[in-house]
Amino acid sequence: MRSVLLIAAKDLRIELRSRVFLYQVIPFAITTLVLLGFALDADRAALRNFSSGLYWVTVMLAALLTAQRSVSLERSSGAADAIRLSGVAAAKIFAGKSLALFVYLIVLELLMVLGIVVLYDATLTDAGLAAATAVVATLGIAGAGTLYGVLAAGSGVGETLLPVLLLPVLAPVLISATRAFGDALGASSVNGWAWFGLVGLCSLLYMLLGGLSYGPILEADS
Amino acid sequence: MRSLLGLPARPASKAAEAPGHTGSRSTKLLGLALLAGVVALCLFAFVFSPPDSRTGPEGTPIGQFDAVRIMYVHVPSAVWGYVGFGICALGSAVYLLKRSAWWDRLAHAGAEIGVVFCGISILTGMIWGRPVWGTWWDWGDVRLVTTLMLSLVYLGYLAVRSLAAAPAARESRSAVLGIVGVVLIPIVNRSVDWWEDRTLHQKSTLEELRIEDLTLFTLVLGFLVGGLAFAWLLIHRFRVAWLDAEAENSEMLAAIEERRSEASTLNGTVAQEVAGTATEAEGTGTGAEGAGTGAEGAGTGATGATGREGTGATGRERQMEASRR
Repeated sequence: MRSVLLIAAKDLRIELRSRVFLYQVIPFAITTLVLLGFALDADRAALRNFSSGLYWVTVMLAALLTAQRSVSLERSSGAADAIRLSGVAAAKIFAGKSLALFVYLIVLELLMVLGIVVLYDATLTDAGLAAATAVVATLGIAGAGTLYGVLAAGSGVGETLLPVLLLPVLAPVLISATRAFGDALGASSVNGWAWFGLVGLCSLLYMLLGGLSYGPILEADS
Repeated sequence: MRSLLGLPARPASKAAEAPGHTGSRSTKLLGLALLAGVVALCLFAFVFSPPDSRTGPEGTPIGQFDAVRIMYVHVPSAVWGYVGFGICALGSAVYLLKRSAWWDRLAHAGAEIGVVFCGISILTGMIWGRPVWGTWWDWGDVRLVTTLMLSLVYLGYLAVRSLAAAPAARESRSAVLGIVGVVLIPIVNRSVDWWEDRTLHQKSTLEELRIEDLTLFTLVLGFLVGGLAFAWLLIHRFRVAWLDAEAENSEMLAAIEERRSEASTLNGTVAQEVAGTATEAEGTGTGAEGAGTGAEGAGTGATGATGREGTGATGRERQMEASRR
């Protein structure tokens, strides 16, 4: 567990020092929210109804940037090789990097909730469901993002390959988190907790498969 | 086996040769059976099986009429598409355990054929949906959307396979993708049951046994013909992948061999040049020494030394030039 926390702390420390997340990822997410508002013709009722979907699409686009950044930073400085040679188990490296990505995304999501409340006039009617969905969905996004980020980066064409690989795999998370969030925002009448169950199932599978298959991916890169 | 059958032994060179095609007697027979099956399916689907002309309690028509015939291609292609992805996942898992090239090629073939069959299923589904649902595409239909996403996942798998990389790295990366992608299959398959309010898709036709007689027979025939097409394509694609890998390896070996022969030729030329220069230097040095010995002792000795040094320097320069080349 200590090595997991060390790896996560290392990633977070790099991010705090470089401030790329603060100055690039967060502004990107806000810009996307604003552009989506323009795309829907600034129709307040439509924006309120679709706020959960727009929220999760923005989170996934920001997750793409963050996952890519998390991997490319290590590769350019040779830190990835150093971690591999340190003897830490691949599953622990995966867990540490996923944890760091999870923290970035949760911070981003908190800001984005403020964004949809202010910009899209959304109202949080079930904060518990929204928080539980955000935590569980973000775990899945972080797990899949970490796995696919390192996989795509090793191929040499990571910038274009990562979206092609990651977004279709995250589709079940997007669909179910949107439905659950829609219920939490009072924008739809579905049973949000049932959709939350599916988010949890997908996230659990992504974390398990990621932990198991991170080793072969690291081996392929070495 | 050949000796048991009384056949002469195959020449070693022929045995070592890679085949120039992917066909064999069994695949030709399979291909012929497939052709016959396609003809039979067309006859049953378009001629013998009746249109869906069911009527409701008040006598109003509720059937799909001729549109139902698309089912004979749509349903089997969807099922065989899933089988392709299942084979890909299985092959990928075994590859990661055993590092066997055979399983990797099988996974590759399964993914590619799965994408083709899934593509056919989506296309025929859209054509079927237009007259029956009144739309080509419905975003609320979970099975439709998730099947498309499944195809996109495996298109990503094929994208990774097509990248230029070390074979082992490429195989490992694509194996992971093949396994993770399979997570979507049960979600797609059960989506109709889980989200009844979010789908236009009917529940499993066979489970509810709402079709019978010739319609049921034709659907089963569709599954059989789809299976034949799947097997035929899978075997050929597997062999193509295998030959592709062989060709890649042989090209690499040929390139290495070519570089080696170039290097040995260059070494031979340099050695000859160095030997020639050394002989020349010896000749020049001996002549100078001889001249020096015959005339003025100390002064000529110095000349002889100078001569050797000068020639030696020229030889080193030549060596350096040759190595630069």
